[in-house]
Amino acid sequence: MLKKGLFKRPGNTLEKTQGDNVLPVPNVPETLFTTCKGCKAAVLTNELAQNLYVCPRCGYHGVIGARVRLMRLADDGSFEEWDAEISSADPLLFPGYADKAAEARVLSGEKEAVVGGMMRIQGCPCAAFAMDSRFMMGSMGGAAGEKITRLFEKAAQMDLTVIAFTLSGGARMQEGILSLMQMAKTSGAVKYHSDAGNLYVSVLCNPTAGGVTASFAMESDIALAEPGALICFAGPRVIEQTLRQKLPKGFQSAEFLMDKGFIDAVVPRAQQKDYLGILLKLHAKEHKNASV
Amino acid sequence: MQAFDRVLAARAKDRPGCADFIANIFDDFVELRGDRRYGDDKAILAGIARLEGMPVTVVATQKGTCTGERVAANFGCAHPEGYRKALRQFLLAEKFARPVVTLIDTAGAYCGLGAEERGQAQAIAECLTTLMTLRTPVIAILTGEGGSGGALALAVADRVWMMENAVYSVISPEGCASILWKDASKTEDAARSLKLTAEDLLGFHVVDSIVPEGAGFDKAYADIRSRLKDTLGALKALDVKDLLSARYKRYRTMGGFLG
Ligand SMILES: [Zn+2]
Repeated sequence: MLKKGLFKRPGNTLEKTQGDNVLPVPNVPETLFTTCKGCKAAVLTNELAQNLYVCPRCGYHGVIGARVRLMRLADDGSFEEWDAEISSADPLLFPGYADKAAEARVLSGEKEAVVGGMMRIQGCPCAAFAMDSRFMMGSMGGAAGEKITRLFEKAAQMDLTVIAFTLSGGARMQEGILSLMQMAKTSGAVKYHSDAGNLYVSVLCNPTAGGVTASFAMESDIALAEPGALICFAGPRVIEQTLRQKLPKGFQSAEFLMDKGFIDAVVPRAQQKDYLGILLKLHAKEHKNASV
Repeated sequence: MQAFDRVLAARAKDRPGCADFIANIFDDFVELRGDRRYGDDKAILAGIARLEGMPVTVVATQKGTCTGERVAANFGCAHPEGYRKALRQFLLAEKFARPVVTLIDTAGAYCGLGAEERGQAQAIAECLTTLMTLRTPVIAILTGEGGSGGALALAVADRVWMMENAVYSVISPEGCASILWKDASKTEDAARSLKLTAEDLLGFHVVDSIVPEGAGFDKAYADIRSRLKDTLGALKALDVKDLLSARYKRYRTMGGFLG
């Protein structure tokens, strides 16, 4: 996890304030070096940012903001955000939630834990969304569920592939049962998009857990994962407490899930654009709406 | 009753289990076992039965009534095999155009090594997408504990009913208190804040109706039987397309957001 204040607080209107071909990097480093969570080495923060927050020494895949991830995946200037105005409500008036959500908005510079829209990857149009761990651990409440649902619905209507970068602690418990219902809601939208003959590729990132794994993350036609990502239903701590035993090393890692048959491939961040580009081309069809 | 009292009532050892509901509501229950992939999870009890003459598929969670049964049923917490066993019955129901009735009383899907390595999340996810477009009516009844994703996997339905003292929540009050407030003594506060009672859920339209328990369970069983007969009759009369579009809308409208 990032320490608060380690990075400058990014704005939310980067795309609008910068030229189309300028690559916005909201995580402007304030510190020269960042300690890698993988190898504990001090890595030049600039170098880390250039390397998509993957450690150049050990390959550890660090935290990357949802917006940066999407911008750097998209062909230059092709990302068009959808439903940017949606943010979380507090339907249960849950103690402390409003403050936590406000803090998350400042910390992440986003209105919600999900950022999504339409883009081109190697010239192929697609819809894509990413979750942001800096926004309450990417947890899914009504706003995230609504954004994801709308994205699948709109993609279905436009005949577009959906690419999802999942990263979440699970359902957002401050929204109680209504957050649980987002699992059903998003699953309905995934099925609707799928039944219309469209491709859905999920890329499971660190961590993908709970109600997000048990819904749209695992409902894709093709499931990819980032190296070393923790992917689980129940988190390691919960299992260790339940069973009173230590988990084997690498249990619930992306590589472990691939070995068990739940992931098609582990794809390093730097290769994802090419990898997704190939998948998109393999599934290319006559688009009703090919303009981005 | 306070929210946490409901939680305790829902968990009470002497509370009728789903097997009791099946025995008292349906006739000719034929149990069908296994997921055809790995094993038979006794946390899920499934089969075909008659409801006032109408064949229906019944899928229930099962906690067991004695120690041996409880251990065999893993205290009602299903493994992926349980959800795949349920899936198999959902698809059989669809094939024979039999309505599905699910009965849910589980603390949640099991959190263990085997469950994780055999794809607990994937099994639950597959239940969600399958139920969302299952081409036959589905009614879910929360009879006791409705524990998070493990309960939801069986509760994507055209109608969701809840026993008066059942609870249904994204997380247990204990889990919520420990994660959010790192304080086990706040469990009762968590129960209240989570809004997990039948009245709360009716208010959110997550639940369509509450089955009273005040006059005893025999009365409740009779009540459920007659409601099932009427509602399944009405749902069966619908065009499948309309049924599915209403089911989609039921969940589509859930959850709050701004903007
Ligand atoms: Zn490193």
